[in-house]
Amino acid sequence: MKGVPGMARAVVFFALLASLPSFNLAHWVLNLLVFTLIYAVMSSAWNLVGGFTGYPSLGHAAFFGVGAYAVALWFKHHAITSGYEPFVVLPMIGLFAAVLGIPIAAIAMRTRFDVFAIVTITLLFVAQTLAFNLHGLTGGAQGISITVAPFPPATFERPYYYVLVALLGLAMGITFLTMRSKLGLSLAAVRADEDKARGIGVRVTGVKLLVFAVSVGLTAMVGAVWAYYESFIYPQFAIDPLITIAIVLMTFLGGRGTLWGPVLGAGILEGAQQLFAYWLGGSQVYLIAYAAVFLVIMLLLPRGILPTIQDRIRRRRRRGTVNAVAVPPALPRAEVTVGGGAA
Amino acid sequence: MHSLIQGVILGVLTGGVYALMASGQTLIFGVMKVLNLAQGAMVILSAYLAYQLHSSFGIDPFAAIPITTAGLFLLGVTVEVLFLRPLRREDRAELSLLVTFAIALLLEGVMSLVWKTNYRSIDTSYANGSWTVFGYQITLVRLWAFLMSAGALGLLYLLLNKTRFGRAVRATVQNPESARLLGVESTRVSAFGFGLGAATAAAAGSVYGLLYAFYPGSHYDLISLLLSIIILGGLGSIGGAIIGGLVVATSSAIVASTVSAAWSPMAFFAVLIVVLLVRPRGLFGTAARGAI
Repeated sequence: MKGVPGMARAVVFFALLASLPSFNLAHWVLNLLVFTLIYAVMSSAWNLVGGFTGYPSLGHAAFFGVGAYAVALWFKHHAITSGYEPFVVLPMIGLFAAVLGIPIAAIAMRTRFDVFAIVTITLLFVAQTLAFNLHGLTGGAQGISITVAPFPPATFERPYYYVLVALLGLAMGITFLTMRSKLGLSLAAVRADEDKARGIGVRVTGVKLLVFAVSVGLTAMVGAVWAYYESFIYPQFAIDPLITIAIVLMTFLGGRGTLWGPVLGAGILEGAQQLFAYWLGGSQVYLIAYAAVFLVIMLLLPRGILPTIQDRIRRRRRRGTVNAVAVPPALPRAEVTVGGGAA
Repeated sequence: MHSLIQGVILGVLTGGVYALMASGQTLIFGVMKVLNLAQGAMVILSAYLAYQLHSSFGIDPFAAIPITTAGLFLLGVTVEVLFLRPLRREDRAELSLLVTFAIALLLEGVMSLVWKTNYRSIDTSYANGSWTVFGYQITLVRLWAFLMSAGALGLLYLLLNKTRFGRAVRATVQNPESARLLGVESTRVSAFGFGLGAATAAAAGSVYGLLYAFYPGSHYDLISLLLSIIILGGLGSIGGAIIGGLVVATSSAIVASTVSAAWSPMAFFAVLIVVLLVRPRGLFGTAARGAI
């Protein structure tokens, strides 16, 4: 976030990500990476709304499903010419979902915090009902299939992987620019006190709708990549409340409103999730373990990993300077801020 | 016309049960400003408890209500003390959504472990009985369930309006700070309030198995249904929850009987959107404070 070191961090991170597939990793590792990236992009996208504006959308999985079904429908009506064609269509799917998101956000964001959460979670279940009931479009409970991509089996995951890395770059780039711009300040104002923000001339409605549209557009693009990767989609997996909850939890774990938090959270939780699924097999014990981890995170790290660490570093630094310089007038002020940080 | 009126009858009878579930959830919101996403899971849990009591000991689901409400009251108090109380005040509203959802997942996991994931329903001797009045069918189970719900809501009304505890709860809903200043033990009110909300879920859940087949994942359907009801009625308003329950159940039943059962979940969403467009705080919601 602070100029050069932040840039260097990003360059190293993305160079590492881009070079990973050339290490001849096993298929299951690449599969794990693909899913981690899917969640990393979605958490970063959710963070734009949930982290910066403080509106906890629980309906993002509906837009994931919109993307998934969009790509499936596209292939129902167009003959596939090359394996890369769906990736070319991605921006259009993202745009479509973003446009779809605007009226939805316009209605849902009339309400504040709690009610917004309720309206969006209801939206999620409505989308699922629609996916089950609109047989003509979605195939209903029988699901809908997409032609399997003609990529060589040995490197099957790679195209998806690179596209997802690009999407992650896009999502993080947007986050970075948002944090550095007036838009970010407007969002912070909305988060702190929406009425006052409106009073001092922040275009509250405009920025909320904009950021929601961008966020769900990114989410839909991820949904499209996921559907193409899975090549078969069912309503209960394409529009799954657990997806919503996973991305919210990942963002909370890493740190809301930070650039790297959602990515960190996705890395940790998706890894843990796959390990649990592998160790515990059956869905029941797995669900219990997942819920238990969830509760522990919420109770121990309510603010997320990165904000907690940053706080601690800042406090240590401050204590260091205070001890070294020991200028009497600096002491009370330092103590006040330290106290504020600790509360 | 016949199917429309039949839909209304069915809807009102079912709506009573929904009103009972939702009144507990809106009570929890009123007292703690916490949206309990585990309310549906608690309903399904007590449906399983009633199922177990019926199949193992032959206890009628209606007679099982005291047992299930007591059990769920304790569970509710435990959840509040262990998981909700430690949350810091400033981000309690945000985190409690996630915490209660995690509890819903936990309950779902435990239920699928204990009772497996296939559909269950409770079969009693009177399960298929019905009266025919002027050509309209009134299912007996639904009628009893409706009367039980009305009775339970009446008890809740008495508890909130005629007892010391009820007065403390109402004071907390109206103004938590003043209530604390006047000596209301807010931690105890929160714990008992959450327990009470869970207990209403238990009363409704005990008869849920008589009305519908259920499995551990059924609570997902209830989440959006109950949330729509309490938004419709206005968050924190028990009277609103009752009206909301009746409106939602009746509109779904009308759609189910005149259009198709598959589309009935859409009916309450349509109602919800209209209400939010016209009156974002719900039918009986007040601007800032809850009202009981």
